[in-house]
Amino acid sequence: MTNTLDPVRFLRSCYTGYVVVFFIYLAAPLIAAGIFAFNDSMFPALPWQGFTLDWFFNDSEPKLGMFHDRRLIKGLMISFWIALLVSALSIFVGTCNAFLFERMDFPFKNFCYILLVVPLVIPGVILGIAILVFASDIANGFEDNWGIDLEFLRPGLILVVLGQFSFVTTITTLVIAARLKKFDIELEEAALNLGASRMRILRTVTLPFLRPAMIGAGIVAFLISFENFNTTLMLVGSDAPLTITMYDRMAKVGSTPVLNAVSFFLMVGSFILALLSVVLQKGEKV
Amino acid sequence: MNQDSKRLAIILLFAPFFLWIVCLIVLPHLGIFVLSLKEKIGIGQYQYGVGNYAEFFLEPIYWNTLLRTAVMSIFVTIVTLIIGFPIAFYIAKLAKKRVKAGLFLLCLIPLWVSDLVRSFGWIVLLRETGIISSFLQNIGIIDAPVEFLYNDVAVVVGLVYTVMLFMIVPLVTTLEGMDDSLVEAGFNLGGSRLTVLRRIIIPYAMPGIVTGCIVVFMLTAGSYLTPILLGGKNSQWFTEQIYDKFITHFNWEAGAAFGVLLLVFTSLTVWLGLRLTGQTLSSTVAKG
Repeated sequence: MTNTLDPVRFLRSCYTGYVVVFFIYLAAPLIAAGIFAFNDSMFPALPWQGFTLDWFFNDSEPKLGMFHDRRLIKGLMISFWIALLVSALSIFVGTCNAFLFERMDFPFKNFCYILLVVPLVIPGVILGIAILVFASDIANGFEDNWGIDLEFLRPGLILVVLGQFSFVTTITTLVIAARLKKFDIELEEAALNLGASRMRILRTVTLPFLRPAMIGAGIVAFLISFENFNTTLMLVGSDAPLTITMYDRMAKVGSTPVLNAVSFFLMVGSFILALLSVVLQKGEKV
Repeated sequence: MNQDSKRLAIILLFAPFFLWIVCLIVLPHLGIFVLSLKEKIGIGQYQYGVGNYAEFFLEPIYWNTLLRTAVMSIFVTIVTLIIGFPIAFYIAKLAKKRVKAGLFLLCLIPLWVSDLVRSFGWIVLLRETGIISSFLQNIGIIDAPVEFLYNDVAVVVGLVYTVMLFMIVPLVTTLEGMDDSLVEAGFNLGGSRLTVLRRIIIPYAMPGIVTGCIVVFMLTAGSYLTPILLGGKNSQWFTEQIYDKFITHFNWEAGAAFGVLLLVFTSLTVWLGLRLTGQTLSSTVAKG
């Protein structure tokens, strides 16, 4: 009997083939988005006109590179600051939450745990409008009753930060709590027996143990914030972060390869951060 | 720790959680619910009523869009499950240890890349001047450029792509817990491949399947970017209606009502799905 007629072998190679096709499907759009950043053409399409770095570094129209495009760079900076704030805030609250749910007992704990997870399943658009409506209500109330204009509750960067923070915190909490669960409580007891104060134990024993998870959660929070679109769209004011700027370009001007350049840049950035978090998790196991 | 300081610690830790959940989640969602019950009767004058909901049910285009969103989301969920299950099984049971970790990481890659970039990738591939169209012309299957974008197939392809890993991760987790001897026993007792799959593997993987389906369904129904970019004007996604009401028409009351409807409708669908499969939320999601 030849191999080609063996039905088991045939099925198995079909299966392997299917897995290969699946991973091509996963890679295809990413490769397509990235590769045309280097095509020397006005459109992100075939035919291939030769390799160029113009879409990154060229300083004049019509082939304005992304690093000389002032609106894109401004969007990049805004996204960066938003993401930094969101990750700092969500690591802080996430760490508090982790201690609250892992170490403490309080009434309605299970109900609170459900509330903790809920932000993950609320569609981003709805989270956005809910916070927009709530903030506007407060701002209007202050303006109508006392004539005070609370500018920061109007659509803008603060609301974007709050909106992203509202669901990113769930993720950081889950990551940090998972690490805290592995902590051997005897370490703290030993330190206590040796005469250390509670604060000192927290600072020198528990928090250092949590550090990899906190940094990992921070990286995830940074990426999610940087890439968020749905919630941000509802809360954005005049200062648009990168995803919004990019979307506007896509929808209005039609796409030029500068968008591929931004895509490539974002993919490389994500890749580096992902690598960093994998390396950190490796360290965590030791 | 004595009682007082323990209580103080709980209060200090509870404060950030409370502020976050109440100010950013509970009150805003109560807020849109209250707002959805307001009707505008004049400039700056409102009365309470169910007018916004009535508008939704009286105008076929609105509830058609919601129904369409729900049906498409269920379809996407099923397709994701059918495509993802063999991959999850391969990763969990067939791949060798080294390969397994690598494949699992590969599945996670789309998560690390922005939704916008992913959709843009599909646009570059599928549009009239895109790669697939040019490629098919070059090898002579089609003579003129073909637009693959702006139809339901493009939307489904893009959505399945976006949510795939949320199906694969819970599936891999449950399948990894399955003892291989269960499958062997099934074969030894004379079960065919199909019987073993249907009677042993699928029942075992049920918690993972349900978890994956819930997450995928919620993400799909609430998605905005992918249907808009890949479906264009034909996408008719319900989140788009909400955005239009809010930003384009500045009719916040109706927009809030639509938001509440989407939340209620998706929750009902999940509840119905759980009832039909005989699972409970705590037996599936909590385990995953």
